[in-house]
Amino acid sequence: MELTGAEIVVRCLAEEGTEFVFGYPGGAVLNIYDEVFKQNKFKHVLVRHEQAAVHAADGYARATGRTGVALVTSGPGATNAVTGIATAYMDSIPLVVISGQVPTAAIGMDAFQEVDMVGITRPCVKHNFLVKDVRDLAETIKKAFYLASTGRPGPVVVDIPKDVTQHKTEFTYPKKVTMRSYNPVIKGHPGQIKRAVQMILEAKRPMFYTGGGVVLSNAAEELTQLTRQLGFPITSTLMGLGGYPASDPLFTGMLGMHGTYEANMAMQHCDVLIAIGARFDDRVIGNPEHFFQEGRRIIHIDIDPTSIAKRVKVDVPIVGNVKDVLAEMNKLIQASKEKRDQAALKTWWTQIELWRSQDCMKYDRDSSLIKPQYVIEKLHQVTRGDAYVTSDVGQHQMWAAQYYKFDQPRRWINSGGLGTMGFGMPAAMGVQFAHPEAMVACVTGEGSIQMNIQELSTCKQFNLPLKIILLNNRYLGMVRQWQEFFYGNRYAESYMDALPDFSKLAESYGHVGMKIEKPEDVEGALKEAFDMKDRLVFMNFITDQKENVFPMIPAGKGLSEMILV
Amino acid sequence: MENEAGALSRVAGLFSARGYNIESLTVAPTEDATLSRMTIVTRGSDDVIEQITKQLNKLIDVVKVVDLSEAGHIERELMLVKVRAEGDSREEMKRMSDIFRGRIVDVTDKTYTIELTGAGYKLDAFLEALDKDAILETVRTGASGIGRGDRMLKI
Ligand SMILES: Cc1cc2nc3c(=O)[nH]c(=O)nc-3n(C[C@H](O)[C@H](O)[C@H](O)COP(=O)(O)OP(=O)(O)OC[C@H]3O[C@@H](n4cnc5c(N)ncnc54)[C@H](O)[C@@H]3O)c2cc1C
Ligand SMILES: Cc1ncc(C[n+]2csc(CCOP(=O)(O)OP(=O)(O)O)c2C)c(N)n1
Ligand SMILES: [Mg+2]
Repeated sequence: MELTGAEIVVRCLAEEGTEFVFGYPGGAVLNIYDEVFKQNKFKHVLVRHEQAAVHAADGYARATGRTGVALVTSGPGATNAVTGIATAYMDSIPLVVISGQVPTAAIGMDAFQEVDMVGITRPCVKHNFLVKDVRDLAETIKKAFYLASTGRPGPVVVDIPKDVTQHKTEFTYPKKVTMRSYNPVIKGHPGQIKRAVQMILEAKRPMFYTGGGVVLSNAAEELTQLTRQLGFPITSTLMGLGGYPASDPLFTGMLGMHGTYEANMAMQHCDVLIAIGARFDDRVIGNPEHFFQEGRRIIHIDIDPTSIAKRVKVDVPIVGNVKDVLAEMNKLIQASKEKRDQAALKTWWTQIELWRSQDCMKYDRDSSLIKPQYVIEKLHQVTRGDAYVTSDVGQHQMWAAQYYKFDQPRRWINSGGLGTMGFGMPAAMGVQFAHPEAMVACVTGEGSIQMNIQELSTCKQFNLPLKIILLNNRYLGMVRQWQEFFYGNRYAESYMDALPDFSKLAESYGHVGMKIEKPEDVEGALKEAFDMKDRLVFMNFITDQKENVFPMIPAGKGLSEMILV
Repeated sequence: MENEAGALSRVAGLFSARGYNIESLTVAPTEDATLSRMTIVTRGSDDVIEQITKQLNKLIDVVKVVDLSEAGHIERELMLVKVRAEGDSREEMKRMSDIFRGRIVDVTDKTYTIELTGAGYKLDAFLEALDKDAILETVRTGASGIGRGDRMLKI
């Protein structure tokens, strides 16, 4: 039977097992929306801004590992989606974003609500398509899902002109696609894996440096097994948190610009560095010249060859899927009879413990002001470490990463690569849709939350019982911190004036608002909020205005050049 | 690469977005109409060339990438030069063109248009050899390249 393009879109999404489509209607997608209306295979979530649709799809994808789906109209709908697409791209998140386009005959005519979506998104997608013929539609959508979710994941845009959604063709959904130009490597090269294992067994001062790739490839189990059988120290990037349990003594904390003293020092001074699904980002290793260390050998496992040897030279590159490569390594290590240098490892741990004893995460616990770190510690306690935590961007993001000890993967959901303020609440919506029974907290700042505050309305419509943890310092705190350190305390445009009464604001959207001003009220308020299982609670914590994130490596400096408290 | 609309802009976009230098780029369909072949001339340290190769391979439309400069290869570029050819210089121009194995493909009483094929440096040398004022217009295709002998880029 012949179907219209719009019917085909909806059928394809159903075939892919799509549960939720986050979107916003408009002229170019009206045919598609009409089919959305008629079906019951997936649920459509009407957001209040297209950026939020993409972030919500993204949050869903990060929490589940499945591909998130967003649907937007042409022109302004499409451009509003771009920030969300770029956010997903930088963190390698699998998304399929369907955008409407003006009819094929109108393309290039400066038609109403026309933008060159394929052109605009080209630098921030894994791939994109403009479908000009309805006969290509089903296969293109199949390819989009395949590309988004395999290899190094990423967002894929499918731009569909309105006439294509009206045209009819015979519908068959391909079971499988192959593309001669796209063949991601999964298994690592056996010879390279052997060399790496040999190097690992000979190490005297080893260090595991893990990243988002561990989470993306669902390799937490393999990583935990590998680390524990060797007893090596391990650190993680912001994106890899939860890939290895943070409460485990082998875990040295996050590394990088706001990483722990012990993780950064061990990273700098190890003799064998094993990088796993991490890309030597500038926020992680600082200045590559300073990072270089004579005699240190580097093993690098990554599915994307461009991540390897991009910023630092490596000795053993392994292109492959983290999960497969680690499983292979575990096998080889278990079978190996090689005697490891336990004495050297012990000396290395003594050194690390010495660094650890600096206690770089200490803060003033006797303050009469609410310390943001304290709120996160209490959040961890009240939720028994079992919440999904999303965040926005700024100081609060770093405190959430540092003080909420993530023991499981896919629990920590934040925008690391693009650093998108406004990500937190819509992402939390996606998480809550994926896990309706779970505790979902969004740690945010008064600057960030106002970038997508309209989504409180979506939360009301769909009864999403999020817990918004606003660390309200009345400043664009991260900006203020840099101004304090590097710009002579000139706080140019970083004070957040004229803030709304957040409690009233939340209440006017039909939610519960709370304002917490004293340290002794923090724990009680959190308990009360999390006891309200079916309500969104917006918690406005009035925190110490001038608190800073420590440790800190100033931009361009090296890992051992940290500013401590 | 796949002979798809937009494939060229993905390559060009990659070079500008990542700040790679691009000296020339030529592209046309091959005997297999689903594929087109592109020759890019670029410059960079070994590390940069390695990244460029990997980044090109990562583009979904790119089927295969070969660094021709790694081994024996042939490089050819076509240039059309319109030169002043009057009075005494008319004969001189003809001679220069012959020396460089050029062909005069268009003639007026005041000008010649010379077609020249060769490696980029040969075309440069020809332009160097001419009196600057005699050059009225030049157009170059950019280099196309192919491996020597058995070396083949084939799918
Ligand atoms: C305000 C702010 C401060 C920040 N401070 C810090 C900081 O102090 N420390 C820090 O670490 N970060 C920090 N970041 C984040 C930083 O910008 C980067 O986003 C982050 O460090 C990158 O993490 P990653 O190296 O794990 O790479 P990701 O971006 O997570 O990339 C994952 C890597 O794994 C690979 N990969 C993906 N899937 C697989 C697979 N299946 N198998 C194998 N490999 C795979 C990918 O190709 C890629 O190379 C900060 C961000 C912000 C906004
Ligand atoms: C969309 C966007 N604009 C600007 C920035 C730059 N920026 C990074 S952190 C920050 C301050 C965030 O303030 P707030 O949300 O109050 O968090 P705080 O740092 O105070 O915890 C800004 C402006 C950004 N990351 N994203
Ligand atoms: Mg703030």
